[in-house]
Amino acid sequence: MTNDTANIPYSDESILAVRGMNVDIRVPAGTLHAVTNSAFHVDRGETLCIVGESGCGKSITSLAVMGLLPGNATVTADVLKFEGRDLLSMSQKQLSALRGNRMGMIFQDPMTSLNPVYTIGNQMQEIYVRHGKGNAAQAKDRAIYLLEKVGITAAESRLGQYPHQLSGGLRQRVMIAMMLMNDPVLIIADEPTTALDVTIQAQILHLLADLQKEFNMALILITHDLGVVARIADRVAVMYAGYMVETGSSDEVFNAPMHPYTQGLIDCIPIPGKTERGALLGSIPGIVPALVGDQEGCMFRNRCDFAQEVCGTGIIERKALGEQRGYRCVIGPEQAQANLQASRAQAAVAAGE
Amino acid sequence: MAQFLLQRLTISLLVAVTVSIIGFSLLRLSGDLAAELAGEDATAEEIAQVAKSYGLDRPFHIQYLDWVGKALQGDLGRSLFTNEPVLELITTRLPVTVQLATYSLILALLVALPLGVLAAMKQNTWIDRLALSIAVFGQAIPSFWFALLMILFFGVILRWLPISGTDTWRHFIMPTITLSTFAMPQFMRLTRTGMLDVLESDFIRTARAKGLSPMIVLWKHALRNAVLPVVSLAAVAFGFLIGGSFIVESIFAVNGVGFLALESIIRQDFPVVQSIVVFISFVYIVLTLLSDLINAQLDPRIRLN
Repeated sequence: MTNDTANIPYSDESILAVRGMNVDIRVPAGTLHAVTNSAFHVDRGETLCIVGESGCGKSITSLAVMGLLPGNATVTADVLKFEGRDLLSMSQKQLSALRGNRMGMIFQDPMTSLNPVYTIGNQMQEIYVRHGKGNAAQAKDRAIYLLEKVGITAAESRLGQYPHQLSGGLRQRVMIAMMLMNDPVLIIADEPTTALDVTIQAQILHLLADLQKEFNMALILITHDLGVVARIADRVAVMYAGYMVETGSSDEVFNAPMHPYTQGLIDCIPIPGKTERGALLGSIPGIVPALVGDQEGCMFRNRCDFAQEVCGTGIIERKALGEQRGYRCVIGPEQAQANLQASRAQAAVAAGE
Repeated sequence: MAQFLLQRLTISLLVAVTVSIIGFSLLRLSGDLAAELAGEDATAEEIAQVAKSYGLDRPFHIQYLDWVGKALQGDLGRSLFTNEPVLELITTRLPVTVQLATYSLILALLVALPLGVLAAMKQNTWIDRLALSIAVFGQAIPSFWFALLMILFFGVILRWLPISGTDTWRHFIMPTITLSTFAMPQFMRLTRTGMLDVLESDFIRTARAKGLSPMIVLWKHALRNAVLPVVSLAAVAFGFLIGGSFIVESIFAVNGVGFLALESIIRQDFPVVQSIVVFISFVYIVLTLLSDLINAQLDPRIRLN
């Protein structure tokens, strides 16, 4: 495959830099191309949001960075660097020295992500002691400090509690505090609020955003909630069927989405005060295609209102609009914006009827 | 925890009462005990006399209460055959049976746990298939035949091991191997499936995301969750090893409780049989209670709910 992501610049200071990353998974039916030619990077103090619907490769991307993919997955990349060091050439042992230490990960379901048979204190202290940061007593002090930081009251007494004694929201706070034990430079949060009550979701996201600023970390937030992205992202990468179909700063992507998929996603967000009560919310018909075997053309063409014949052949090249901004579509930027205006006008007419 | 303990003890007590009633009545339902005891040619008059002298002519509930009352004072009656107190008969034979059952359980677990963990980690490789083959072999082979093969090979041909009795530790080797071969496969399979489930779980992924070493992930985070059902099974298996080793005890001439039960059934020694049945049920009750307590210790969700 021609690699059109290799030339996207990134700084030597970048915490994580990825260029041309592919993740292939061997399945009984063949090879599943879960991630194709992916490129992103994230700097200190910056929040990158990776968005897209279920099954488009967001979680696989994060697990690939952490080195947590199962044995039937193969990761290849032109660049996969964490703090300037090549992750691909590292042994499992070297990787595990980074995991939970320099980089932490927060998972989707806090109800099942903590070990039910060990106390909160045990699980928090373990990560600190394992990475040689200090003894059990120092770990305890650090755990109490962080539990308070994530807004848990009576922190010291929580250390003796088991996960099942805490609510989902509290458990996710514990997960966050645990992953902060060793002062990581990168936190990857994989849909950290999907499994929580709506009222708790906003609290957890604000907490993550605050902690990211306070500890000056790089944060990669994986979500399918564009409303969240609009509020906290510095930069956005939109994924579809294993491809990063559009990247750019949060402002650029929200103000002038280029890819029809991004346009569709943004128009699905209800806006308080603007979207009328009872009005039909936007949706993108169809589902993400199966990714087993070799694919040709644009993966989105079957759901796209603007699909043309050319969309079904070859590789859709990335159109660069600036140093970081780019998208993968045959439609040029002016035409893309015209299409967006036209479909918005059409939707407004439909809503007015 | 105190509430949990009280609850379990109450249940155990209720089960004990039920089991003693069932054990006591089963023997009486199996036929006319007085007629059996009096012999084939006995007249009706003689049978009535036997019934009277053993108290079998009284109403059932009186017989039961009388038996329970005496049993609570440690009097289980006397053997019809040797005239020894039943309690003494059982207690003198118990140590060797418990010893054999304990060795067998330990050996079975020592083989089954590592093998099960290994099979789960190397799922669908030759190691996994080898472990499963061993399990199928252990489950399929009849104990008595396996015991006889071992006697033939190690006892008669090679002359390495004594073939009967319990005088030295060497006497225990073959009976222990026979019994543990029978008990091991179920532990192995349960450990393997338990580990496979746990290794897929989210908290194992968290443990790996924390950078913990594979050994810690496996032995600290995975195994403790995977062995919970194995503990329950081990309690049941231990009860079975104590009560159900009739065949192995008789093949190796181990003078234990199983052997006594077999002898007494053949001799129609009903006070002994009835006491052994109830005694073994009690062993099960105690073991089940014990396994509940161990599981509560291992899993806070049981302990604190």
